[in-house]
Amino acid sequence: MRALTDGAASALAVLSTVLVVAPLVAIFIYLVYKGGSSLNWAFFTKNPAPVGEEGGGMANAILGSGILLAIASLIGVPIGIGGGIFLAEFGRGTKLAGAVRFTADVLNGVPSIVMGLAAYALIVVPLGHFSAFAGGVALGIMMIPTVCRTTEEMLLMVPHSVREAALALGVPNWRSVLSITVKTASPGIITGCMLAFARVAGETAPLIFTALGNSNWSTDLNGPISALPLQIYVYALSPYDEWHRLAWAGALVLIVLIVLAVSLVRFVTSRGVLKGAS
Amino acid sequence: MGVGIEVVSLNAWYGTNHTLQDIHLNMPANHATALIGPSGCGKSTFVRCLNRMHETNPIARVTGTVRIGDLDIYKDAKPVEIRRRVGMVFQRPNPFPTMSIYDNVAAGLKLNGYSNRRALDEIVERSLKNSALWDEVKDDLKKKSGASLSGGQQQRLCIARALAVDPEVLLMDEPASALDPVSTSKIEDLIFQLKSQYTIVIVTHNMQQAARVAEKTGFFLNGRMVEFDSTHKIFTNPSDKRTEDYITGRFG
Repeated sequence: MRALTDGAASALAVLSTVLVVAPLVAIFIYLVYKGGSSLNWAFFTKNPAPVGEEGGGMANAILGSGILLAIASLIGVPIGIGGGIFLAEFGRGTKLAGAVRFTADVLNGVPSIVMGLAAYALIVVPLGHFSAFAGGVALGIMMIPTVCRTTEEMLLMVPHSVREAALALGVPNWRSVLSITVKTASPGIITGCMLAFARVAGETAPLIFTALGNSNWSTDLNGPISALPLQIYVYALSPYDEWHRLAWAGALVLIVLIVLAVSLVRFVTSRGVLKGAS
Repeated sequence: MGVGIEVVSLNAWYGTNHTLQDIHLNMPANHATALIGPSGCGKSTFVRCLNRMHETNPIARVTGTVRIGDLDIYKDAKPVEIRRRVGMVFQRPNPFPTMSIYDNVAAGLKLNGYSNRRALDEIVERSLKNSALWDEVKDDLKKKSGASLSGGQQQRLCIARALAVDPEVLLMDEPASALDPVSTSKIEDLIFQLKSQYTIVIVTHNMQQAARVAEKTGFFLNGRMVEFDSTHKIFTNPSDKRTEDYITGRFG
């Protein structure tokens, strides 16, 4: 009987694992099947071709996504980590910390299209034009709650004994927080940042009223810019088969780029980790 | 060199809980003083008052005077300065998990802005030799994390870390209670050697340990210090009935 229960539990665990992995694999295979044939050198080097013309690519959208995500990370990561450090270390138990935590949770639940509208009202309307900057800000604000709450949770997981060890050496509290506690929690904090990054990398809605999209090569932060999700959205809604294939290819590239970016960060930050460090 | 410690009417609270009541005590320089007593008697709180770690708990409070050498630690100095002069080793080994062995030992100096590489190398080597760990780790100083060592090695690493900032006093809060007998005897040998350079205060549940390493012993009970005398006297001919009951195992 005990062996039976054990076997059943193991089987359930294996089944769950398969169910977790299956959707990702299925999506990936489908994307390769649908879009793989449209992936060629031109896809990465050319801008979208006008309707009726053959060929064309998404070079500008790949660049645009890169720029938007860079702006978003520059905003979301420092503010999120700073907020998380405040919540876990300096503001613990204060009213302000409670308010910040509540705000972050609400912000996390705000639909992404609302975030786009907010950036539209606050940045696009006053400036009078769509811009990469507005899109980056919208994405950056979306990153803040995830980064903030993960940072807080990871810092709270650092054992009290480690903080005491630093204080007992005569290290000032702020120094101990930055050099010991945050460093000890950094693998978890980096994971949180990557989750937030990957999430906003695929966002379309907040970009519709902010970055708008652009069919030309553009690096102007002050003007409309293309992005992979936007380009996929436009192509997928079009009536042309050629564009549909390009949209599938764009989705494939988007996923691969996210995986590459996350792996790169993991690789870079895992170097220098010592033997036996937890 | 170690310095003497003089405690005058020390009182400490956790919230409304009066955990230390009117403690008077003189601990001689370059000797080991053992503090014994049942769990919850206040001996840990007492050593935490000697380097002002007690007040890192927001609900904690202290009154009274503690003089370390000629420094009145609650009047003349900031907590961070005290803690550099009064090192501490905790019950459970607590190396910094993400740091190498070398960085663990150098942490106290590095985090206070000390960056002379050659001097650091020397200090790390000397501290690890003083804590009898050098021979076991000298080949992986920068390769292995402090957390990769065994429990006993980790505790000696923590002792090296405390020694590296060159304190005058070393507080040890049950330093061997989480270790096996072999590691424990290593730590005790170490305490014996370290006495020549530091004043040592050791909290212990193990009365044989107190008898082995300390010249002076204090017995704590319910937040008061019942008796303080030479270790020999405490264990052979205590003047207080409660001390006698405790060391003969009648309670605690």
